Amino acid sequence: MSSVTSSAAAAPVRPDLRKRSAGAVADQIFALTTKGFAFLVFALLLAILASLVVGSWPALSKFGLAFVYTADWDPVGGQFGALVPIYGTLVSSLIAMLIAIPVSFGIAMFLTEMAPGWLKRPLGTAIELLAAIPSIIYGMWGLFVFTPIFSAHIQPFLIDTLGEIPYLGILFQGPPMGIGMLTAGVILAIMVIPFITAVMRDVFELVPTVLKESAYGLGSTTWEVVWKVVLPYTKAGVVGGVMLGLGRALGETMAVTFVIGNTHRLSWSLLAPGSSIASSLANEFTEAVEDIYTSSLIELGLLLFLITTIVLACAKLMLMRLSRAEGTKS
Amino acid sequence: MSQTSAIPPEEIRLGVRGLNFYYGKFHAIKSVTMDVRKNHVTAFIGPSGCGKSTLLRTFNRLHELYPENRTTGQILLDGEDILDRKVDATALRSRIGMVFQKPTPFPMSIYDNVAFGVRLYEKLTQRDMDERVEWALTNAALWNEVKDKLHQNGNGLSGGQQQRLCIARCIAIKPEVILMDEPCSALDPISTARIEELVHEMKKDYTVVIVTHNMQQAARVSDYTAYMYLGELIEFGQTDKIFTKPAQKATEDYITGKFG
Amino acid sequence: MARFAHSPLFSRRKRVNTFALGLSALAMAFGLFWLGWILLTLVREGFAALDLVLFTSSTPAPGSTGGLLNAIVGSLLMAGLGTLIGTPVGILAGTYLAEYGQRGWLAPATRFINDILLSAPSIVVGLFIYTTVVSRMHHFSGIAGALALSLIVIPVVVRTTDDMLRLVPQGLREAAIGLGAPKWKMITEVSYRASSAGIATGVLLAVARVAGETAPLLFTALNNQYLKFNMNEPMANLPVVIFQFAMSPYDDWHRLAWGGAILITVGVLGLNIAARIIFRKKV
Repeated sequence: MSSVTSSAAAAPVRPDLRKRSAGAVADQIFALTTKGFAFLVFALLLAILASLVVGSWPALSKFGLAFVYTADWDPVGGQFGALVPIYGTLVSSLIAMLIAIPVSFGIAMFLTEMAPGWLKRPLGTAIELLAAIPSIIYGMWGLFVFTPIFSAHIQPFLIDTLGEIPYLGILFQGPPMGIGMLTAGVILAIMVIPFITAVMRDVFELVPTVLKESAYGLGSTTWEVVWKVVLPYTKAGVVGGVMLGLGRALGETMAVTFVIGNTHRLSWSLLAPGSSIASSLANEFTEAVEDIYTSSLIELGLLLFLITTIVLACAKLMLMRLSRAEGTKS
Repeated sequence: MSQTSAIPPEEIRLGVRGLNFYYGKFHAIKSVTMDVRKNHVTAFIGPSGCGKSTLLRTFNRLHELYPENRTTGQILLDGEDILDRKVDATALRSRIGMVFQKPTPFPMSIYDNVAFGVRLYEKLTQRDMDERVEWALTNAALWNEVKDKLHQNGNGLSGGQQQRLCIARCIAIKPEVILMDEPCSALDPISTARIEELVHEMKKDYTVVIVTHNMQQAARVSDYTAYMYLGELIEFGQTDKIFTKPAQKATEDYITGKFG
Repeated sequence: MARFAHSPLFSRRKRVNTFALGLSALAMAFGLFWLGWILLTLVREGFAALDLVLFTSSTPAPGSTGGLLNAIVGSLLMAGLGTLIGTPVGILAGTYLAEYGQRGWLAPATRFINDILLSAPSIVVGLFIYTTVVSRMHHFSGIAGALALSLIVIPVVVRTTDDMLRLVPQGLREAAIGLGAPKWKMITEVSYRASSAGIATGVLLAVARVAGETAPLLFTALNNQYLKFNMNEPMANLPVVIFQFAMSPYDDWHRLAWGGAILITVGVLGLNIAARIIFRKKV
């Protein structure tokens, strides 16, 4: 068979099996390099945590636990308590989740169960593009476009209706200023909808087709299939997606900073301006001159980092639980 | 097991000695001893899961890719134990090449696919490399089909062509032994016939070990056949003997289709 | 078949279904509505603000005219340097996760932490660079900004590299190893090649992400009224300029902010779409 030139067909030099090849050394160098960089990423979280603890040490030692539950924010007097931004962060995120969860669920259901094949991809892409728009654009748009309309039309309506209800009404009182917690919550909701939707859509698609078909085969309606088969099957993943959205909402800076109002006054009304941890940082950090002021702001960052890390870790654990269940079933 | 024919010692290329293979706790190959004869084709047959592919892969030490795999015993290549930790796997693989079940062209040009392995071991001039690539492709019976598109991506070829490209890639480094793991299972009958023809040709220059679940294929291409079942080597001998008068009842049942 | 068709239970189920599907379609419309509204506003306000001056002169003092040249240059420089630092780190770390991660605790732990970093508040990254770099150098700088952005790039690239490498068929790896290729060669010449489109997509998405990031730059690069190429000084950048100008009381500053906003959005969405096209063509 070897009809081609003799040089090509000549027997090669047989390598000694016991001589370690140069490749083995290069292999170890490469493996160690990648391992080193992986460790760098691993250590990054701890490094951030450590730097924030060190940076906030003066505030930590001066105010102790009171930092978390007092509401004084007095740069002149050097007295700092984080209650207002913590409250603002939690409440604006809560509003965002109240809006975003049902909407995301609806969109995910539409994309997986209702949209015709040719529409799935463009609609999915459109929602993903919503996630790609930088947060500063949301903030700016919220300030210049959304807020005026909100204060002129929606807020007066809320004050006249919900504001009249006993007890609950306290949340909807005060002048319709446009900016405030509620506005921040709405803008945040628009921002996190694509994140939650993406996760929900992906986990809905994990449901085995046979499972859905057997439910349809029994005569179930689309809604019954989604509510009684798809949702129970993907529960962990859906919760994971919601937590992921919550993590995003809690830490979102620019979209909130534009519209929340940035005051350190505690108010029950959702229409009143407030502040969030991230917006306080964005607004005040470069103005802070005294060490205690700076370190109080860094402590705010530390709190935010701890909260979001816990929420995101839970999200990840929920998603891992789903994929593990998925793995054992298939 | 029974040895139906002894191979003269100087004719042995690979000697398997009391080989055990564990996949985690699972004992996948149980104390197998057998010889592979130089410039002959040896076929491993048996029902799926019998350990035939696993055995083949240990010849190339591919099992080391997965940490849960473990072996005991020896595999001798010209008398030297290749499972010894001191043996460099890279050097070993230049002498024992492997062709896989599914064609695995690398995401690069046809030329580079063939040159990839050569570049690992030899520094050739452009002319020598061109020659080597042509030689390998010719011997893999692919040259005429690809000589005008050497610089196109290997993924553009048909399945049968891709598999012959993988054979060319393997013989380009001039191994002594070529391992083939069900090389035709993903191919159509015409492509299969071409590969079988090729295997027949190859034994002039190489020792070939082929795993197949197609008994006719084993009968057509091989000189020696090993029948494995549940990790044990049930019978090993010359192919015509195995297929005409097997010593073991189990072999006969499998070959006549009563089982498996 | 018609046995249950007129039973009250059946029609109630049907009504519930129609209602739910209607709400679902409404939710879809709700999502698209915001996207459409935001883009429409951007196009209307943004394109009105685009002119030659925007690209040729630097940010003005209040009352005078100017453009965004310094901010555009600063953004390009910092996003470029950030990507240049973050990409190799991310690819190498992602390589470890996908190619060496079968044994040991480091790979699963890193994967877990990386997913948290992926969604961690970017303003905290700014704080981290402030406390570790800026406060030590005693001044804001473009380098600090680029470092902050690189920390945003890293998790995105780690994640895509890991995902894309894990999509490479194991048979391809075995074929390379079976030929005797050392593992590093198998990875660099076969795995990377097979996943190059996917990894490139990840890098593009990372660039898109940092191009619009504001929060991590606020206390690292800060801002600069002048056109500077020296990255050791505070550096102007589009997001921070947009932030400052939009929050200002001046109309012409608002106009410039809209101009910057359309530039960023077109850039970011363009990169996203390009990434999708590359991914679909090659993978």
